[in-house]
Amino acid sequence: MNVMTPEGYVAADGRRIGPVLMEMKNITLRFGGVKAITDISFEIREGEIRAIIGPNGAGKSSMLNVISGFYVPQEGEVWFRGAKRPPMKPYQVARQGIARTFQNIALFDGMSVLDNIMTGRLTLMRSGLLSQAIWWGGAEKEETAHREKVEKIIDFLEIQNIRKTPVGRLPYGLKKRVELARALAAEPKLLLLDEPMAGMNVEEKEDMCRFILDVNDEFGTTIALIEHDMGVVMDLSDRVVVMDYGKKIGDGTPDEVRSNPDVINAYLGVAHE
Amino acid sequence: MSEQLLYAAEAGLNGLMAGVLYALVALGFVLIFKASGIFNYAQGVLALFAALTLVGFQNGQVPFAHLINAIFGTQIHEFGWHLPAVVAILLTGAVMVLLAILIERLILKHLVNQAPIILFMATIGLAYFLEGFGDIMWGADIKKLDVGLPQGISDTVESVTDRLFGYGFFIDRLDIVATVVAALLVLTLTLFSQFTKYGRALRAVADDHQAALSVGISLRFIWVMVWSIAGIVALVAGVMWGAKSGVQFSLSLIALKALPVLMLGGFTSIPGAIVGGLIIGMGEKLFEFFIGPMIGGATENWFAYVLALLFLVFRPQGLFGERIIERV
Repeated sequence: MNVMTPEGYVAADGRRIGPVLMEMKNITLRFGGVKAITDISFEIREGEIRAIIGPNGAGKSSMLNVISGFYVPQEGEVWFRGAKRPPMKPYQVARQGIARTFQNIALFDGMSVLDNIMTGRLTLMRSGLLSQAIWWGGAEKEETAHREKVEKIIDFLEIQNIRKTPVGRLPYGLKKRVELARALAAEPKLLLLDEPMAGMNVEEKEDMCRFILDVNDEFGTTIALIEHDMGVVMDLSDRVVVMDYGKKIGDGTPDEVRSNPDVINAYLGVAHE
Repeated sequence: MSEQLLYAAEAGLNGLMAGVLYALVALGFVLIFKASGIFNYAQGVLALFAALTLVGFQNGQVPFAHLINAIFGTQIHEFGWHLPAVVAILLTGAVMVLLAILIERLILKHLVNQAPIILFMATIGLAYFLEGFGDIMWGADIKKLDVGLPQGISDTVESVTDRLFGYGFFIDRLDIVATVVAALLVLTLTLFSQFTKYGRALRAVADDHQAALSVGISLRFIWVMVWSIAGIVALVAGVMWGAKSGVQFSLSLIALKALPVLMLGGFTSIPGAIVGGLIIGMGEKLFEFFIGPMIGGATENWFAYVLALLFLVFRPQGLFGERIIERV
């Protein structure tokens, strides 16, 4: 990594990374007496692919849930786009421009792929309840405009042929892709991916990797992801946060993290004499 | 056609029309159950409350008149105006929306993430509260509901069928209106849920709460919306039923008739509620017609429940309900 400045840095592949988009300051999250996250701070910069890794139970998913508003931390502050974020409901966080996917896929099984992706645009739709109810006064025009954007995303993720299929019938790998499409449809400023590669075969993993890189490249979307697969993480991300037992034990470029003895000890489990 | 068959056809047709009303009540249940997983025991009372309020508004009744008079020793009963039916219906619709907001604020909001049985108990409480509240607000006497719907036997149907079959069918005009209104209501609801962003949000919430939150849908807003819609469906059911047999407190018992409809149609299916209502409505009339005389009649009281029991034994998810699959 080049020198880090407030304006950003130049990533390993030459991409310019921007200023801080989101900052977690001394986050502590407890469930009763159990500390899931202990005093963790890190930042996510604009245009970056940021990974959070760690062994099982390290608190990665909890961290993602703090960012997306599903959990409210007992201590610490969340800063987003230069302002401190008050405690928020998940739907309010979503409306701020933070979209996410889930580790065990949370799609609307009864709805078609297209409808699922359209729900991603709900926060961007303007027309009110009344004009929607009587389908008049721009409601139809608006729907068409949103539909166009959604079709672009469908093309981008190569799921044209399953557009009308109910999501419940799709295989796992495609469901994951539809979930990504729904998150993208919101045109998020920050995209959170919870184990996007979990449970996939090698081919599906490669596809997903390509899509993540393309999304970042094409739309300039900032991405924060959690992943088990070390190889994948190291290839994908610009910077990595490593967690263990709820604490941060490493933070830096993949290379820096790889050579960090704490990380090797805790995560890779390789003995270092 | 033989005479016997013609009589049966007439009975069946009448049953179909009654079934439309069952379907309307069942529809209210399905909407709330789908969106929030709550079995709303108060749906029947909602219909009663809507009908009471409508009559009250129309006749310019002073709400809580008895209470006010008892406390202040006054003798007020009426404002002395008579509102046109349309205005009264719109006002009652507004009251149902207000009621939905209050239910969400005062009850549902505090019971998020509780077990379904707890929410079910809450709606039982709500049912009894609303029944008493309706009583205090509008009085317990039986009221006549007249919103200008046509009543009596339809001459057109009679003369047309007479010409066709040589036997005139007796069909109540009100039943025909009820069928048309119910069909329009179902069509509107379907279009709303399929083609608008709120409809999409509603289906999203019905499908997966967590995912709905993650795309920026406020569950509380959707709950208010769905209870409002259920309230308005209850209003329509209340108007139809009230116009038929007067507004009285037994109106809330139509909810019990909706239960077998739900067993048949499945708790989560809107088409199921409609088809289930029609089957029960027509089934009970035909059963009474063919089998009734053999076993001494009065089968209409229990036919629906026995049919529902059979369904519970052989197809517990109903005709259209989602298959119950346990993954192991």
